[in-house]
Amino acid sequence: MCSLERRDRVFLLSITGDGQHRLNADTIASLRSSLAEIRSQVAAAPGGYSLVTAAEGRFFSNGFDLAWANEAGTPSGSRQRLSSLVALFKPVVADLLSLPMPTVAAVTGHAAAAGFMLAISHDYAVMRGDRGVLYMSELDIGLSFPDYFMSLMRAKIADPRTLRDVTLRAKKFSAAEAEARGIVDSVHGSAAETVEAALRLAKELAARNWDGGVYASIRMGAFPEACAAVGLAEHDDEEKRKTFVSKL
Amino acid sequence: MCTLEKRGRVYLLTLTGADEHRLNPTLLDAVRSALARVRSEAASSDGGAALVIAAEGKFFSNGFDLDWARASPSLHPGLMTAALRRTLADLLSLPMPTVAAVTGHVSAAGCFLALSHDYVVMRADRGFLYMSEVDIGLPIVESFMALMRAKIPDPRTRRDVLLWGKKMTAVEAEARGIVDRAVVGAREAVEAAIAMGEELAARNWDGEAYASIRKGLFKDVCRGLGLKEASDEEEEAAASAAAAKLPSSKL
Repeated sequence: MCSLERRDRVFLLSITGDGQHRLNADTIASLRSSLAEIRSQVAAAPGGYSLVTAAEGRFFSNGFDLAWANEAGTPSGSRQRLSSLVALFKPVVADLLSLPMPTVAAVTGHAAAAGFMLAISHDYAVMRGDRGVLYMSELDIGLSFPDYFMSLMRAKIADPRTLRDVTLRAKKFSAAEAEARGIVDSVHGSAAETVEAALRLAKELAARNWDGGVYASIRMGAFPEACAAVGLAEHDDEEKRKTFVSKL
Repeated sequence: MCTLEKRGRVYLLTLTGADEHRLNPTLLDAVRSALARVRSEAASSDGGAALVIAAEGKFFSNGFDLDWARASPSLHPGLMTAALRRTLADLLSLPMPTVAAVTGHVSAAGCFLALSHDYVVMRADRGFLYMSEVDIGLPIVESFMALMRAKIPDPRTRRDVLLWGKKMTAVEAEARGIVDRAVVGAREAVEAAIAMGEELAARNWDGEAYASIRKGLFKDVCRGLGLKEASDEEEEAAASAAAAKLPSSKL
């Protein structure tokens, strides 16, 4: 599941346990409730905050709980279960893309498929260098991508060749390669060092004291297609004008 | 406000004065008048032309005139954004290549003005490019956001510029693909922009074709700025006119 701690202005959301952190209804609900808790804490006390998402063990997240999907027993049953996970995860991405604060993914282990999507839903990604890969496994297991995965990847991985290698080659990217190709921002040693680096970055970002609502608004304006794909409506110009006027 | 002169084939529009060249309807209307003169002079002259916009003093432009906006908060902000939208529409539809000579600090709406040019030359030894909105807590309306998305396609650079509010020197901006050239010295930056303009003007491009291609390249931005797309009939008419100019052996 997830644990949420707060270190001054930085929220640290950790996916706990030693397993693959497969995303199913329970883990997704746990993620969403942590994100909702963050939102309500900052609504009560406005100011500059930031989020770090990390994970314990060898995996950041290895994607959807396909074992659970296959327990349905029939191909159509499995497909239905997988569809339900796809639908359940979409609001997690929406929550992150609309979160009123900067977000940092501390990729502390393997991040594959929906786990990779979880990582790149954050504004910044720092990754452990000693082990772990970023990998869109779908092609290797005969699956295509949900539309919102593709929109998110197109938004965050603009280079056509890199995007092709991620999606059409199912390439396993080491941290160094991911950094070189612009998928993650920096590489660190161990998992602990990676979390430390993420917390340092998050602290610096929180100290900028940005207006969370404006931050989220600019983020959504910067990546509108990804936001639309997960059902986020952009703030219209009238709302923006009102905010602008209130700040004068 | 601004002056307009011709250097060879290049029209040089300079924002005058040592102030921050804050964008308000008065300055923007002066710029638009100058652009209208450029358009009409170019229409009645032969051969290619180019536009360079530069500025005097320490600032290229420090963004919207927020003091003026505050003077009438229910009316002025809307007037200001509308005036800038019209100015950017003029630039994106200008029938010649455009070069911004960013001779000093450029921030917020000043960045929209600079980046709506085809090429950007920026002074390397001083001045920052800075999207200050996130720091001041001001949202960015969609039509200007669309311009930023179109001109800064790299997600990480876009994030650093818009969501980190990074103050970039010309050298960094060039390395990250936001500006085309970093040149030491304000005068030298303007000369480099004029030389670039001269080179582009010497290609003798048909201005309407140039503007049409540019609008196609930045279709979404143009739509957001209220620029009408050429109707199918207009496009067909332009195509037949162009075909009539081809030597018969090519048809």
